[in-house]
Amino acid sequence: MILDATGIYYQQLNETIRASEDTDIIVRNLCGQRYIGCGEKARSFTLYGTPGNGLGQYMDGATVEVFGNCQESVGDTMNAGEIVIHGHCGDACGYGMRGGRILIEGNVGYRAGIHMKAYMDHHPVLVVGGTAGSFLGEYLAGGLIAVLGRDAGGAYPCRFFCGTGMHGGKIILRCDEAPTGLPRQVLVREMQDGDREELAPHVRAYCERFGGSPDELLGERFYVLTPNPEAGYRQLYTFE
Amino acid sequence: MAIDFLYPLYEVIRNPQRCICCRACERQCANEVHHYDVDFGCMMSDESKCVACHRCVSLCPTRALKIVKTDHTFKENDNWTGKAISEVYRQAGTGGVLLSSMGNPEPYPIYWDKLLINASQVTNPSIDPLREPMETRTTLGAKPQTTERGEDGSLVCSMPPQLTLNIPVMFSAMSYGSISYNAHASLARAATALGTYYNTGEGGLHQDFYQYGPNTIVQVASGRFGVHTDYLNAGAAVEIKMGQGAKPGIGGHLPGIKVGADISRTRMIPEGTDAISPAPHHDIYSIEDLRQLVYSIKEATHYKKPVIVKIAAVHNVAAIASGIARSGADIIAIDGFRGGTGAAPTRIRDNVGIPIELALAAVDQRLREEGIRDRVSIVIGGSIRNSADLVKAIALGADAVYIATSALLALGCHLCRSCQTGKCNWGIATQRPELVKRLNPDIGEKRLINLLTSWDHELKEMMGGMGINSIEALRGNRLMLRGIGLTQKELDILGVKHAGE
Repeated sequence: MILDATGIYYQQLNETIRASEDTDIIVRNLCGQRYIGCGEKARSFTLYGTPGNGLGQYMDGATVEVFGNCQESVGDTMNAGEIVIHGHCGDACGYGMRGGRILIEGNVGYRAGIHMKAYMDHHPVLVVGGTAGSFLGEYLAGGLIAVLGRDAGGAYPCRFFCGTGMHGGKIILRCDEAPTGLPRQVLVREMQDGDREELAPHVRAYCERFGGSPDELLGERFYVLTPNPEAGYRQLYTFE
Repeated sequence: MAIDFLYPLYEVIRNPQRCICCRACERQCANEVHHYDVDFGCMMSDESKCVACHRCVSLCPTRALKIVKTDHTFKENDNWTGKAISEVYRQAGTGGVLLSSMGNPEPYPIYWDKLLINASQVTNPSIDPLREPMETRTTLGAKPQTTERGEDGSLVCSMPPQLTLNIPVMFSAMSYGSISYNAHASLARAATALGTYYNTGEGGLHQDFYQYGPNTIVQVASGRFGVHTDYLNAGAAVEIKMGQGAKPGIGGHLPGIKVGADISRTRMIPEGTDAISPAPHHDIYSIEDLRQLVYSIKEATHYKKPVIVKIAAVHNVAAIASGIARSGADIIAIDGFRGGTGAAPTRIRDNVGIPIELALAAVDQRLREEGIRDRVSIVIGGSIRNSADLVKAIALGADAVYIATSALLALGCHLCRSCQTGKCNWGIATQRPELVKRLNPDIGEKRLINLLTSWDHELKEMMGGMGINSIEALRGNRLMLRGIGLTQKELDILGVKHAGE
């Protein structure tokens, strides 16, 4: 199914998509239409233009490829599937994401990957090619966030408060020097072989989609952020 | 340390002439208060561990036990009460946040008890519900604002999705995790049998309970635990939890020790990890953002489920509710400061939020003034204790009420306010299998059905007394209420006259 989204309100657009039995959906000329692919389980979406907020929210196995930039709440509470963005992405990307993968060619806004969590074979992955805004991985409970910092020249590729309240999962950042000033819930170390193995398939997938050499990228210096078990939520209480 | 010593609040009184040393109390107490002393040949108790849950008292075959409040006291002081002093010792000893559970127990005004219900005399005669039909069924959801007609003049029916309640009472959100499997089973089955709804809370929906989906409200909160497409579509409605009356502005924290295999599967988080729901939804900073989440749920459920937005009753509740009514939500749930919880910081439980009676009156009034009352239904909770509270709530403007503490009491809760320990002797607020099995869901279901059936009957009696035969005619009918012992300001907020006026 090929749709032209020009001038169509999101509710009509999504109704048309839901009513269709086609497995491949192509939408052109998107301009802010929300919730494309929301809750979708198996279909494949190819989108041109700028899809609106809530792209792939609650998505459960579908694949989405966007040729353009994305807005807010991409992959919110996503359970499975893949979202590939040839461009930049707005705020709160991957909120509460439990599984699947989001690949962003460029930068991501504030609050990316917050409260991501893992569960059994669900292991969410968020790969950001460029840099990330503040609050990256806040309350992170599981999964992997990688920021490749391309074009950042080896500088710290995030803004403020990265990993605040983190109590699970892993954040891998491409930078030449260990990040400083991180919250006390976060431990920082240089990337080791095990981390590199974990990261490699996702970097390869990134390069397949957006170009670049995986070996060259993986050869750079990365730092790994993990939760500090000493700074958890335990021992905070006394009882009535 | 000696200064940290606190004399136990309750004493276990054992009548030695009645005690037969059967050791039932010892077996029943998960707090390990009782033990048998071989040397003395009698039962002993360590009352420092007693939470006054009455499990041992209830099961002592010879009625040899009772629990009494200790008369041990600090030097009496109305300002520095024993409680205030003890809390300072406790915090000075640990450096921790005071944690407690269930609703605010402090002596704030209970407005339900200061409202009186009307009855007909002579004119507008009362109705006998045993003899005449009496309607307590109600529907929740947005009502159409206009009538649409097709080109041929026929009505275009575009009724938004509704919840139909046979009795205007639902079981409010309690997660699997905060309460046991058997407690959830009891609530789910009772809701189905009664034709009302129970609420999963933010703990996901156990696989075994998908069968009760048509009577289930599934909750989405900031941690998104157990939320996925099938879950959203499994229930009859989806509730977005923005706040909770027991702890407005505070999130949830289920400690890792309570996240066993079954809880882990239901919440979809690894076993033994902390389940943290931060207070804010980090993607909601405005009514527009809330609208975005509301419509994301509507999209994911194909506009077939009403969306409830639950908030705590706080100072600006009327303005907040007005915003929510415009966010696309179908139902607003408001939770008063006496609402229960499995665990809350004591200072917040006891000091934050406002009484539900005032919040309800303010919200109903505001939505009416703005002409948007029909866009949403209002459900309130936060201590509805009996059918009289229910009648008063509906007369103040609620479409239905949520109960949780009353429901737990029906299941055997003795309000010992120790849920956070996970050692509930009544099998409710615990995940320990040997304790959970003490709550028989067959009995639990029956007791919940009994409770609401009796409330429904009382509701009909009171409605009949007022000469009202339909719940819709009682809703917002504040002329049926009079205040007693209230100031003019309180009467103005409640929108009722004083008794005698």
